[in-house]
Amino acid sequence: MNKSFQPDSTAEKIIGGAHTNREHDSASKHVTGAAIYIDDMPEAAGTLHGYLGLSARAHARITALELSRVRDAPGVVAVLTADDVPGVNDISPAGLNDEPILASGEVKFYGQPVFAVIAKTRNAARRAAQLADISYEDLPFATDVKAAMEAGHPDVCPPLTLQRGDVEAGLEKAPRRLSGEMHIGGQDHFYLEGQIAMAVPGEDDEITVWSSTQHPSEIQHMVGHALGVPSNAVTVQVRRMGGGFGGKETQANQFACLAAIAAKRTGFPVKIRPDRDDDMTITGKRHDFHVAYDVGYDDDGRIGAVDATFSARCGYSSDLSGPVTDRALFHADNCYFYEDVRLRSRPLMTHTVSNTAFRGFGGPQGLLGAERIIEEIAYQLGRDPLDIRKANFYGEAGRNVTPYHQTVEDNIIERIISELEESSDYQARRKAIIAFNKNSPVIRKGIALTPVKFGISFTATWYNQAGALVHVYRDGSIHLNHGGTEMGQGLNTKVAQALAEEFQVDFATIKITATSTGKVPNTSATAASSGTDLNAMAAADAANQIKDRLIDFAAEKYSVAKDMVVFEPNRVRIGNQTFTFAEFIEQAYIGRVQLSAAGFYKTPEIHWDRQTGRGQPFYYFAYGAAVSEVSIDTLTGEYRVDRVDVLHDVGRSLNPAIDKGQIEGAFIQGMGWLTTEELWWDDKGRLRTHAPSTYKIPLASDRPRIFNVKLAEWSENRKRAIRRSKAVGEPPFMLPVSVLEALSMAVASIGDYRVCPRLDAPATPERVLMAVERLKAGG
Amino acid sequence: MRRSVRLLLNDEAVTLDRFPPDLTLLDWLRNERRLTGTKEGCAEGDCGACTVLVGRLIDGMLAYESVNACICFVGALDATHVVTVEHLSQPDGQLSPVQQAMVDHHGSQCGFCTPGFVASMHALWLNDPAPDGDDVDRALQGNLCRCTGYEPIVKAALAAAKVEPSEANDRLTAEVGTTTARLSALVDGARIEINHSEGMSFVPADVDDLAQIYAEHPEATLVAGATDVGLWVTKQMRSIAPCIHISHLPDLKSIESEDGGLRIGAGASYTATRAALAQLAAPLGELWDRIGGAQVRNMGTVGGNIANGSPIGDTPPPLIALGAVVTLRMGEERRTLPLEAFYIEYGKQDRRPGEFVESVFVPAPPEGAHFAVYKISKRRDEDISALCGAFLITLDGANRVSAARIAFGGMAGTPKRAAKTEESLIGQNWSWSSIQAAQGAMEADYQPLSDWRASSAYRMRAAQNLLTRLFLETSGAPARLVSDGERMVLEAGE
Repeated sequence: MNKSFQPDSTAEKIIGGAHTNREHDSASKHVTGAAIYIDDMPEAAGTLHGYLGLSARAHARITALELSRVRDAPGVVAVLTADDVPGVNDISPAGLNDEPILASGEVKFYGQPVFAVIAKTRNAARRAAQLADISYEDLPFATDVKAAMEAGHPDVCPPLTLQRGDVEAGLEKAPRRLSGEMHIGGQDHFYLEGQIAMAVPGEDDEITVWSSTQHPSEIQHMVGHALGVPSNAVTVQVRRMGGGFGGKETQANQFACLAAIAAKRTGFPVKIRPDRDDDMTITGKRHDFHVAYDVGYDDDGRIGAVDATFSARCGYSSDLSGPVTDRALFHADNCYFYEDVRLRSRPLMTHTVSNTAFRGFGGPQGLLGAERIIEEIAYQLGRDPLDIRKANFYGEAGRNVTPYHQTVEDNIIERIISELEESSDYQARRKAIIAFNKNSPVIRKGIALTPVKFGISFTATWYNQAGALVHVYRDGSIHLNHGGTEMGQGLNTKVAQALAEEFQVDFATIKITATSTGKVPNTSATAASSGTDLNAMAAADAANQIKDRLIDFAAEKYSVAKDMVVFEPNRVRIGNQTFTFAEFIEQAYIGRVQLSAAGFYKTPEIHWDRQTGRGQPFYYFAYGAAVSEVSIDTLTGEYRVDRVDVLHDVGRSLNPAIDKGQIEGAFIQGMGWLTTEELWWDDKGRLRTHAPSTYKIPLASDRPRIFNVKLAEWSENRKRAIRRSKAVGEPPFMLPVSVLEALSMAVASIGDYRVCPRLDAPATPERVLMAVERLKAGG
Repeated sequence: MRRSVRLLLNDEAVTLDRFPPDLTLLDWLRNERRLTGTKEGCAEGDCGACTVLVGRLIDGMLAYESVNACICFVGALDATHVVTVEHLSQPDGQLSPVQQAMVDHHGSQCGFCTPGFVASMHALWLNDPAPDGDDVDRALQGNLCRCTGYEPIVKAALAAAKVEPSEANDRLTAEVGTTTARLSALVDGARIEINHSEGMSFVPADVDDLAQIYAEHPEATLVAGATDVGLWVTKQMRSIAPCIHISHLPDLKSIESEDGGLRIGAGASYTATRAALAQLAAPLGELWDRIGGAQVRNMGTVGGNIANGSPIGDTPPPLIALGAVVTLRMGEERRTLPLEAFYIEYGKQDRRPGEFVESVFVPAPPEGAHFAVYKISKRRDEDISALCGAFLITLDGANRVSAARIAFGGMAGTPKRAAKTEESLIGQNWSWSSIQAAQGAMEADYQPLSDWRASSAYRMRAAQNLLTRLFLETSGAPARLVSDGERMVLEAGE
């Protein structure tokens, strides 16, 4: 152990255990620039650099691919095309063989990679990549959902229907009925560290790949597939990512495979890092959706029947569009009970980059559809949307079954809402805002309180497993490895806190090491908010295996009952003797106790049958709510978020500071999705918002002028998740639906709150102004 | 004449005598110096992950500013002190007060943007002893974070401000004397010429020297703040050789009051001109605060913004409305022309080969006139205008419009005056009906484009509505979202 670190073996409590505000384990390295990302690693002698050549058509047959000028450019070592893939030219994560690493024959979106240049410097590769002469024969294309529907595009994967009751009869018998549609824009991840991979060739068929990925095991699988070698030849390493948000769940595959192919081919290490424009052009994004809804309800605003179709811009291939569009349906109820319901997905093929995972994974789009329905009903009836929400929350038996037939057993939304309504002074503020709007011709205000219920677990049930590898060394120091990846969310910190708690040692006793497919095999993506739930449980399992052995050893050696061996802070009490943790471990080593264990965890109880649309896909639900107040300028559509109050449920937080950081960060990211982040394709099918100069994520000055974020401290996970905590990554992303709806209310003031403004997302100043103009013209 | 650039990098004196004209500070730091704390996030000066501090002697005083290393050329850094994040903690590894505050407030998550934030925050900490929430927001306009939602970062900046920079806690403060002496020793007033196989870089000795070099090399690229030229390199891979760096020339940075207005040297940065322009006309100060981020405002120049001829250009609309006049210089010859005449059509200005913008004269708004500038963008700060409108309206004693100068950016191929709109107003009563007539006339002035920033329909409607806003504001009615100057930030210690 580090000589400067001497844990206090007389302490009453360990430092950095569970439920404490431990800082991110890399915080000091972050602020000094000492944290190493892949592009910061020293490059081995001879390291080559790759760059991609992209298609300049949205849909075309390649009639000639002339690369001689690229090959002849200064510094170029190799040029790779689809023909140079030694294994299979496919990285479809769904196994549908629809996603080539490099396009051949036909290109299906503007910017699709067609070839790769490998050169002595990145600059040389980048310049050479501009020199290709590609001839195309243009084919028809459609880039957005409506155009794809009109063109009769197929689905990229099988759609899903969820139903319960008889929706036709339900709609028929409802006293009131409405229908409408909503457009929901996509979103670029804008992780600050772009995609990157570095591959170093080894002996025989071996290769080591450093990849900025949320899913090392998939990179390992894909690299093996692309090289035509078994997985045991491929090792993938991830120390940290500079942000992921879902954008590195499958999107890292292409870069890792190309780096590996080039490294094997040239015999040199190869690094590939696209610039920001190419990164945003080549990699998939959050799915845009079109929602069509038909709703039956009564005079009290209670929903009887919902028939809705969620159509998504999936891009040219399936990628994760199947599970993403499934999850849109899983959240199209949000917190509301629909008596008769039919929800359908349409994962549409479009000639755009293949869309992918992004925090919430389709859930936010589904939830937004539900909240639009609430708004429609409220404005029809001239009521506060909050009243309509309350009338429709899941409740007791008879009103507690979801469209996928899972019973909601842990519902706490009513308590969350009532506490937040009170603490934010919602009712009085809403009254004051309505009064303000009466006397304010230009500036209008809006306020909205919206809830979130989010299901936790991968809906692909088999993903809900995890492994960890824990070694205790002779000096009492602990090496922790697990299958999750660190992308800023503090996963490593939280898992180490949980492990520290198990062994009753200070946090600093534990060394967190890079994720490696060589240490923990067959891992799942760090995704679906599940990182801590799964990996901390696996680490705890490993700790308990080691502790069981230690207890057996101590009980025998000191002839005491097993329950007389107690792990206390940085020490172990055996009968009436006490040793420091390190002293005791040394004894165990001498006593030939195995001080290493591979831990494992699988989430219990869950099951899901996609064919019948029935099951219990989620282990539990996380809840939250937010109140947002905004002001808009009805002359220009400009707006400002004046105040936000959040109350969010993370169960018994493992680390309240980190969890609060996740909530604040998710809120602002979700607010960006719903306000200023707009993806814009031109008439050639080219994405024109592909850098921060044109794609506007929120700035510090966009955050709410007052921002109160509180954890529901009384909440405790009713399931045996790690120390009764709940997942936190995705659920708070949907809290800023309240911002969109507050903007909508400010617009609705123009029509005296009797017309639903149908404000689509993202609500850019332009969309706000156009909605104002619509209402001025009479709706 | 000298054939090398000499600078201080952290605590090391560096002499560079062979580098291509387009070598950026970021590539040099990361690839050649292995100082990898400074990151590339966008290579276009928008995300701030590459932020470093650059110290310069201004009238003998050492001052540090944040800059974007990704679009800063090494050739422009003679006699400067470049400070990277690696040099901000103490030699023994102890964190700076800014770094410690970031750790204490959980200001980093993925950590990739963090070194850039730390650099921007360090600049704020050194230069503003008591920032409020709005000051912090402004200082961080050029830094993007995708993880934290900014709240903890702002809290950290406010907490750090409670600790005064001192020799004990800040390396730059401790070394200010020696650094000043070391930089002074590098200033020799010589022209610098760097030869490289990819082209020449020139660093003129003074403005006359610049005029001479440019007259001899009219094909050269003039580089002032590099906030535009930098992107020619990083985004378009264009050659800028030969290039002439001009941002260091004191003669081009002058800001002087002159009969009824302000004369601004073409090399004066947005930051340097802000106070004087805000005093001349308050709306200019507000607009300046929304141009780029702090790093871009520290680097970018008013002269460069005028000379690059962007159809949007944040500064031309108000300068045209005020009747600004540019001075162009070629060799020893000078000529002046009204700014609006400088813009001929999209991508074409009235500037001959070898001729450069030397200064711009900005008249103060006439006593009693209404002057307003409205910038509209998708995101409020650090965004290029969808449209930017500027209005200078003079009323006579009978409430009639005696003069009107209206100019817009983003509505045509160049920043352009709204001639028909002006015409419809002049001589009319300043009334709601004449505003409505002017709004109709505006449709004859502009046929705006649709692009990713805004549709044609939105641009036109918003531009027309800005007349409404102007009218309401002249009658004292609240007609836009204004900052109340207060942003509630929870106690930094919380």
